[in-house]
Amino acid sequence: MKTSDIAALKNEPACAHNTQQAKSGCARPTPGAAAGGCAFDGAQIALLPIADVAHIVHGPIACAGNSWDNRGTRSSGPALFKLGMTTDLNEQDVIMGRSEKRLFHGIKQAIDRYSPAAIFVYSTCVTALIGDDLEAICKAAAERWGLPVIPIDSAGFYGSKNLGNRIAGEAMVKYVVGSREPEPPPVDPARPSFKVHDINLIGEYNIAGDLWNTLPLFDELGLRVLCSLSGDARFREIQTMHRAEANMVVCSRAMLNVARKLQERFGAPWFEGSFYGVHDVSAALREFARLLNDADLTRRTEALIAREEAQIQAALAPWRERLQGQRALLYTGGVKSWSIVSALQELGVTVVATGTKKSTEEDKARIRDLMGEEAHLIEEGNPRSLLDLACAYQADILIAGGRNLYTALKARLPFLDVNQEREHGYAGYRGMITLARELTRSLESPIWAAVRRPAPWMPMEATHG
Amino acid sequence: MAEIVKRSKPLSVSPLKSSQPLGASLAILGLNRAIPLLHGAQGCTAFAKVFLVRHFREPIPLQTSALDPISSIMGADDNLLAGLRTVCEKHRPAAVGLLTTGLTEAQGTDIQRVLKAFREGYPEFQATRIVPVNTPDFSGSLESGFAATVKAMLAEWVPLTPPNHPGAARHPSLAKEGNLHLPWTSSLAAGESWGGGHPRQINVLCGSSLTPGDLEALRELIERFDLHPVFIPDLADSLDGHLDAEDYQPLTTGGTPLAAFATLGNAAATLVIGASLYPAADLLHERTGTPVHRFPHLFGLDATDRLVMTLAGIAGQAVPARLVRQRAQLQDAMLDTHFLLGRARVAIAAEPDLLHGFSQLLADMGAEIVAAVAPTTAPILAQLPLVQVHIGDLDDLETLAWEREAELIIGNSHALDIAQRLDIPLLRAGYPLHDQFGGYQRAWIGYRGARQALFDLANALLGHAEHAVAPYHSIYSLKADDRREAGHGVAQASADSGWRH
Repeated sequence: MKTSDIAALKNEPACAHNTQQAKSGCARPTPGAAAGGCAFDGAQIALLPIADVAHIVHGPIACAGNSWDNRGTRSSGPALFKLGMTTDLNEQDVIMGRSEKRLFHGIKQAIDRYSPAAIFVYSTCVTALIGDDLEAICKAAAERWGLPVIPIDSAGFYGSKNLGNRIAGEAMVKYVVGSREPEPPPVDPARPSFKVHDINLIGEYNIAGDLWNTLPLFDELGLRVLCSLSGDARFREIQTMHRAEANMVVCSRAMLNVARKLQERFGAPWFEGSFYGVHDVSAALREFARLLNDADLTRRTEALIAREEAQIQAALAPWRERLQGQRALLYTGGVKSWSIVSALQELGVTVVATGTKKSTEEDKARIRDLMGEEAHLIEEGNPRSLLDLACAYQADILIAGGRNLYTALKARLPFLDVNQEREHGYAGYRGMITLARELTRSLESPIWAAVRRPAPWMPMEATHG
Repeated sequence: MAEIVKRSKPLSVSPLKSSQPLGASLAILGLNRAIPLLHGAQGCTAFAKVFLVRHFREPIPLQTSALDPISSIMGADDNLLAGLRTVCEKHRPAAVGLLTTGLTEAQGTDIQRVLKAFREGYPEFQATRIVPVNTPDFSGSLESGFAATVKAMLAEWVPLTPPNHPGAARHPSLAKEGNLHLPWTSSLAAGESWGGGHPRQINVLCGSSLTPGDLEALRELIERFDLHPVFIPDLADSLDGHLDAEDYQPLTTGGTPLAAFATLGNAAATLVIGASLYPAADLLHERTGTPVHRFPHLFGLDATDRLVMTLAGIAGQAVPARLVRQRAQLQDAMLDTHFLLGRARVAIAAEPDLLHGFSQLLADMGAEIVAAVAPTTAPILAQLPLVQVHIGDLDDLETLAWEREAELIIGNSHALDIAQRLDIPLLRAGYPLHDQFGGYQRAWIGYRGARQALFDLANALLGHAEHAVAPYHSIYSLKADDRREAGHGVAQASADSGWRH
């Protein structure tokens, strides 16, 4: 990828981070004190959930061998995406320039053996460095075998995980979106005049089945999700994304570029929203109704919201009693920094501080609205400072990504995972029950006293956490 | 003698292999107050970290030199210098493993030269010992990266002759780094009082096939002979999953103390476990002259017998009664399980040393290893008690297991999908084990480890074996079963053995 292309991707005009000095809002990593993945990681995360595609990682073993089969995304059908595929380059391939040939034959192997809907080929550091012509190989393979072969130029050293998400989105818009027209929606014989609207959910990865908590709501409203990019998606769905009448960017600013380009090219309006918390789910449904500008839809949306909210509020009441007054330290990225705050507050939990490393000024303003002016914002949360804050603010639980799971546990502090490795779906109205249940599972566990208690033969000493 | 069948497919599907830097990091994590630093892009570290965190369910110290587009093209020496400085400054580690990756090896990085520049530029960090190791992703695998790192540690830190030898010249790197504290030697100076000339120290070079649980069992076994083992590296002390008093540690909280390296020359003998570490053992022998006892693995009766006899010989004492009993227990377990394990058709996917151990254990029970897959080649593979070893991936294992009607799979967590597709049980071993708890503390070695392994293998087969004659319904039958509730008890009969969930 050319430097100018990388720069263009970082310079995402729809992203509020762009007003800051650092393009893409992602500060350059400090050697020796960096955390987080690379651009390849980000590209793979963004696209791997596309279930019927053969995802081939072109590089030495580390990129795929160390990372495959490690995420919580779910498919309702094909499981092809779960197979790690890599050219697993050896020294001879790298030195003697045999890697392009290996890739070309590898694409054939994947087609012959697995009959995928398409092939995605991810470049990595080594293949980018030695100058493999990914685009040319993919083009030649596509012509030879008559199947879409999509190059994802995602060498790890290009930049952050966030950049990788954008590279992935960009590749979809450039090579896939618009290559097929969606079938007309089925007509409901009972309501022949019922108007079905087409929408996309961008940045919904169906972690732990999140998508399946919200999809029934869209079905009921007659909103056909052409494509969820990329949770439980199929290649043929991505192809039709251009026909959506409105797009929602879900919980991740990383793929804003997709929403913006769909608007530029096909005129579909978009908004950023979240499916975490009763208020945010309702707000997202209302926003769709507003953008689609359909009075009947608006009326039905309000009816659905009224019904669902009444149900969920009643169901949450006993949980709220149990969680009332619990203090949470939240450390998660971007949109989730405010979205989860409101979800937690709806459960009666006090959020004592929240991470804002990936948040924009707009996100921060929302956080202040929710948490008050004294809201404590955590810019940089290394494990040490998170534990110190948890202590200072008397937090009862740390809510963060899997990376900090053992930060909390080693400090004998209850923990809840809200990122991609989690096992539970928290999205939608129903997800709130799951969220409450999982919070109490850790908070109310009887183990905490036991693990904090020194051995009976030890002199009394201060324990941590 | 096994025939080695090389990789024939352009693509690796469902890889069995993990990368050399990951194995190298693991070796560094067996040192006390240590941290590995991968010289590469951030992802190299992030993936290895997630992999190890999920396997051990522990925080894993691991850092990166974080290459970007400019340093990838123009040279990344500055990133490495900055990375080393930051790690030393922030955490004051006792040891740093400086490990290359595919990216920096393709660049042609010279880590020895950069390290020299670091030493000259930052004399204030002399106390931190740094071991540079070349571990390109595009050759070898976890086991070879681990082995290369152990060898590099010995090369870097073991003096040419024992330090207590009269007039012995100190190893240059030790002399240079000056103020070396040797609490280990001072405690071991007891070695002299243990009967000078007959020290009780035993060096143990521990290969990557040994789990922390294995190492605990091995330590116990050695200590039964009143010998004092020094493990290089010691994952049982760092990654055994224990709760420390401190709430947060950016470095390893256990493992081999660096000072131990200077004592290796005092030992009565060196045991090396795993053929992958034989080159490291050769180096240690060259440096110290300590006699080396080689064990390709410690699986099963024969290997354990040989270990016990070796220890008894070194210690000059009889085999303790406790071990006599354990051996008898293993023999009993062999009798109990041989009905199931004899002729059992097993498919194994593992790194070479682990593959060796399991195939020997099973061969000793009369099982048939119908498929054996290793991620990379190794000299030892040709000596395995097998007909064939395939260099390949889990996709190869699936094909072979299917064609040859395997009844059981031994492999890492990635093999679960295959076991489910083939509807046969999986015994989990190797790296990674991320879909179960406590895989890292499982002990396979010694009499007790082998005994439990036999029980588990046999139990896995219990629910799946189809020995009985299929029911036959006579055309003249007067049973009239179909007049009652049909299907009662069917669910029970087909219930899973509990190995899969």
